[in-house]
Amino acid sequence: MSGEALRLEGVSKSFGGVPAVRSVSLCVVEGERRLLLGPNGAGKTTLFNLVTGDIPADFGSIRLFGREISRIRPHGRVHLGLARTYQVITLFPRDTLLHNLELALLGLSPLRFNPVALLDRRPELRERGLAVLDRVGLRAAADRRLADTSYGEQRRVEIAMALAQEPRVLLLDEPFAGLSQEERREIQHQLAAIPRRVTVVMIEHDLDVALSFAERITVLHQGQIVVEGSRAEVVADPKVQEVYLGA
Amino acid sequence: MRHAIPIALCVALLLLPALSPSDFYVNVATQILIAAIFALSLNLLAGYGGLISLGHAAYLGVSAYLTIWFVTRSGFSHPSAAVAAVVLTTAMSVLFGILALRATGLGFLMITLALGQILWGLAYRWVNVTGGDNGLSGLQRPHLFGIDLASPRAFYLLSAAVFACAFAAMAVLVRSTFGAGLQGVRDQPRRMQALGWHVWLVRLVAFVAAGFWGAVAGVLYAYYNQFVSPHVLALTNSAEALLMVIAGGAGTLLGPVIGAIVVVMLKNVVSAYVTRWVMLLGLVFVAIVVFMPEGLVPGFDRLRLRRRASADR
Repeated sequence: MSGEALRLEGVSKSFGGVPAVRSVSLCVVEGERRLLLGPNGAGKTTLFNLVTGDIPADFGSIRLFGREISRIRPHGRVHLGLARTYQVITLFPRDTLLHNLELALLGLSPLRFNPVALLDRRPELRERGLAVLDRVGLRAAADRRLADTSYGEQRRVEIAMALAQEPRVLLLDEPFAGLSQEERREIQHQLAAIPRRVTVVMIEHDLDVALSFAERITVLHQGQIVVEGSRAEVVADPKVQEVYLGA
Repeated sequence: MRHAIPIALCVALLLLPALSPSDFYVNVATQILIAAIFALSLNLLAGYGGLISLGHAAYLGVSAYLTIWFVTRSGFSHPSAAVAAVVLTTAMSVLFGILALRATGLGFLMITLALGQILWGLAYRWVNVTGGDNGLSGLQRPHLFGIDLASPRAFYLLSAAVFACAFAAMAVLVRSTFGAGLQGVRDQPRRMQALGWHVWLVRLVAFVAAGFWGAVAGVLYAYYNQFVSPHVLALTNSAEALLMVIAGGAGTLLGPVIGAIVVVMLKNVVSAYVTRWVMLLGLVFVAIVVFMPEGLVPGFDRLRLRRRASADR
C-alpha cells in the first residue's frame, strides 16, 4: 500500500501565454485520499485535465504507477486504471441510468467494437450495471431516463460511472457542487465506501466534507503548489490563511 | 419471436410493388430502394454518428463507375466486378475517413465536400477512363440463378433482397454495443473518451460502414441505370441524400427510408404532372422543417404520443 500511484514532475501548461499550471510536482501514494484546494482559477481542474490527457501538458512528466503516461492518449490512460468525474455533469441525458452505466462498462470491454452484439441481449452487462447502481442507491431508478432524475441523482450517476470501471486512481472534480445538505451526506457515505485499494484525488470547495475525507491536502494558487501536508499542517499554515481562506 | 408479425408485414410490403402491372411503378420502387440504402448508409454517419457529410455521393458514384468499368472495359465477370467495386470503394472510404476525421462539425463537412468535388472533377476530366461528360455505358444486366435481371420485376426483387439485408444489418448495428458507443460519441465525445472509448476509431468505423453500404447502393445503381455519368458524383446527389435523412428523421432507422420515398416519388411521379417539381420539392422540405424540424418519423411519433396523452386525459 505504499507504492506511488500518481507522480507529477514539473508539469506546466499555458493557454495563449497565460500560465494555468506552473511547474507542479506532486506524488500521491497508493490508497491515499488527497484533496486539492485552491481559489477559483488556481488551476485545479486544468491539473486534472493534464493527468487525464484531455489537455496535453506543455512540459513535465506524469507517471501512473511508475509508468510515463504523458504521451498516451486519454482513452488509453483510462485502460491503465484512471477514471474521473466532471465538475459540470457530463452524462447522456436521453438515455436511461442503466444505459449510462453500460457505456461506462463497455468502455473497457472488448465488446465495444462489436457491431453485431445486441446491447439488450447482454444480461451480464445489465447485471453489472445494476450492481453498481445498487452501490449508489439508484438500482430502483435504473430504467428512468437520466434527464428525468434530480441533480443529486445525476451526481451519484457520475460517481457510479467512474466506480463501474473499477479504477485504480479516481479523480473527483467537485463531487459535492450544487448539492443540498442531505445529498452531501449521501455522497459522503458513498465516497467513504470506496475500497482502500483505490487512490482518490478530489477537488472540493466545501471544507467541512472535504476535510473529513482527505488525509493529505495540496493547496494550489495561481497554478503553483503553495502548501502540501496533513490536514492540521495545512489549516495552520499562514500562507493558506492568506490565499485560500482570504484572511 | 415477438418480431415475427411486424417482419412478415414488412416483407409483404416490400414485395407488393412487384405485383404492379406497370413497369414504370416497379422501376420507381426500385429507385426508392436504391436511394433508401444510400440514405440509410449516410444516416449511420449523420444520424447516429453526428457527422454531417456533404460528400457521400463519392461512395455510390465511385462504386457505380468501378462496376461498369470492370465489366465493360476489363472483362470482369459480374459477381467479381461487383465485389471488386465494393471492396475498392470501401478501401477508399478508409482513406477519406482518415482525412475527413481530422475534424468534426463544419470542418468535417467541408473536407467531405472537397473530397467529393475532387472525384466529380476527376470523372469529368479523366476522359479516357471515365468517358468524361459521356460517362460509361454498355453494361448489360446478367442472369442470376437462371432469372433474367433485365426484367424490371426481377431486378426489383434483387434490390428488395439487398435492401432487406442492408436494413437488417444496420438495425443490428445501431442496437449493438458498438452502436451504443457510436451514439454516445455523438452526444458526449469527451465523456466517452474519459470512459475508455477510442472516439476517433469509433467514428472511423462508422465512416467506413457508411462507405461500404454506399458502395453496395452504387452497384445496384450501376445495374439499374446500366449507365453512369459525372452527375452521380455531383454535390446535388450528396445533398439529396442528406435531405432524405434529415426530412425522414436523422438517427432513426425508418426515417431515411421515408425520406427516400418522398424524394424519389416527387422526382418521378409528381414531375409528370408538375413542371416545376424542384420548387415543389423545396416547398415540401420547408414545410417539414417548419412543422417537424426533427423529421417525419420522429415528428409523427410525437403527434401520436400527444394524441394518446390527450385521449387519456
